[in-house]
Amino acid sequence: MLVYTLFAGILFGLYFSLVGLGLNLVFGVMRIVNLAHGDFLMLGAYLAFWLYTLSEVNPVAVIPLAFALFVLIGLPLYYMLVPRLLAAKDPEMLSIILFFGLSQVIEAVAGIVFGRSERSIPGGELGRALAGFVNLFPGANMESGPVEIFGQTFPAAWVVAGLASLLAVLCVYLYLYRTRLGALTRAVMADREEALSTGIDTHRVSAIAFAIGIALAAIGGVFAPFMLGSITPAMGVEATVTSFAVIVIGSLGNPLGTVLGGIIYGVSYMLMQSYLSSWANLLPYLLLIAILLVRPSGLLGRRVRLA
Amino acid sequence: MLKALSRRFLRDTALIVVPVIAIMAILPSFYSNHLLLFNFVVFLTLAQGVNILYGFTGYLPFGYVGFFGAGAYGFSIAVLHLKAPPLAALVAAGAAAGALGLLLAPLLRLSGAYFSIANLAASLAVLQIISNPNLEDITRGPYGISLSGVFNPTLAYAMALMILAATLLFVAYLRSSNFGLALQAIRENLFSASMAGIDVVRARMIAWLACALVAGFIGGVFAWYVSVFFPETVFGAEFSIFAIVFALFGGTSTLLGPIVGVVILYGVYNLIGVSAPQYFQLIYGFLIMALVLFLPNGLTSLLQRRGIDVP
Repeated sequence: MLVYTLFAGILFGLYFSLVGLGLNLVFGVMRIVNLAHGDFLMLGAYLAFWLYTLSEVNPVAVIPLAFALFVLIGLPLYYMLVPRLLAAKDPEMLSIILFFGLSQVIEAVAGIVFGRSERSIPGGELGRALAGFVNLFPGANMESGPVEIFGQTFPAAWVVAGLASLLAVLCVYLYLYRTRLGALTRAVMADREEALSTGIDTHRVSAIAFAIGIALAAIGGVFAPFMLGSITPAMGVEATVTSFAVIVIGSLGNPLGTVLGGIIYGVSYMLMQSYLSSWANLLPYLLLIAILLVRPSGLLGRRVRLA
Repeated sequence: MLKALSRRFLRDTALIVVPVIAIMAILPSFYSNHLLLFNFVVFLTLAQGVNILYGFTGYLPFGYVGFFGAGAYGFSIAVLHLKAPPLAALVAAGAAAGALGLLLAPLLRLSGAYFSIANLAASLAVLQIISNPNLEDITRGPYGISLSGVFNPTLAYAMALMILAATLLFVAYLRSSNFGLALQAIRENLFSASMAGIDVVRARMIAWLACALVAGFIGGVFAWYVSVFFPETVFGAEFSIFAIVFALFGGTSTLLGPIVGVVILYGVYNLIGVSAPQYFQLIYGFLIMALVLFLPNGLTSLLQRRGIDVP
């Protein structure tokens, strides 16, 4: 039971770090709070749902499409909203309100277009994708179905979501630490003013980070039907709060910190579910407050956020 | 200086506090939708509560509803378990919110968005605790509260008006006292303010507790007025968000701003809510975005830009 809980916690934790990763990137680079983060996740979930329902596209195949589509949405959105916001007196606070407005708009449009009823995708689809992938290797022969790890069986959907999340985090890490644009992004993260004065086009760098952040949320959304339960236009708020808990537990700007935050969150969530289920919903909030108060810079963070 | 400040207090009181209270006191005899008027009083109070904290200290209480709900439950528990009369139960409402304010005071160590997010998480945590089925004996858990024994909308409305009046007077005091100036000095520059001899921690604490008490008292009156409610009713995030948006729309650190915000936006809310509810959320979202992008300092900043001292 304990081993099962721990492994399930790690799989969920990896997924939660994917959910929080985009938010971390946006806050780290622009110091603005994207309260609409969870709503982009919801849009990603609907994209996967409709592609599956209309033409039986496997959710795994939706991932690159979702990424490209939401980068294309994110770039103009950045130029529409953020430069104006950053010019205001108190951008950090105003961003909360601005993106709350955006989240209301997205939720309302989704409600009008998709309807308010709950939707879901059968969990076996991800298992079929996993089996198909493994069978590409010579000599491998895998049935699509639950996956066995250390004598415990887990739904294939959890394993696929965990692995895909790990891959996404790795890509972001390589982007930040192994590419030139990533180095510029980290410079803006460290000090926006100074980056600007050394000639970095901060708006271009930020726009790309913003678009990637939104696209990561959308990818997280593709797995949402399997990990977070059925999808509705109103699911965004909870996803946003979860993402905040994850990135605050980890630390800002550091993708590895987000993974740590996600895993701590996932494992403690699973432990609460197994042993103290009636209080499990309380956990993200308490964890968030406790970490903020005890170690405001996050577990791996160096930045100071005290008043 | 002091004379100019006290003149400002009298001007604020005469131009804003007295007329607003008088109008809200007379309106029930002309307009039959008593509940709507009551809600207006509630939001006028909550918007001024946000104004106390955000307008004078720069902290944005995104989980402001936590105090409102704590007040509502403080009131209800005093009535249900202690058999307290409503007016005494209102004291319990204030005490509950004040206690929560003290409990959450360490959050003031956080700055900017961290404070807002932690505050939001705190309000959600309180909701989860109160609505937990394990606490059914104390809070009735998720099944909600019924206070039909003390139902008295007329008296509750009068008490709400008194709370609104006290809140408005407190904001007028902040606008015209050394204490209010000290708070604004802290908001602008923490270190200079403390160098000038301002007790930063104490000043912030007073503003924070005042803001909590306002919400707690009005939450208690709300519980009394509606008398049947669920945890999600009094902890609904829309209370925090409406109060913040109303205050910012009008313009904070003024008395007039939040009032204008409530009258216009809550008025629009009720108009659209009745005529086209399905597009309400959409229009509201766009309205909020337009506000931040084009009028980040609120409607009253249009007047202030022309050099007019808005009360």
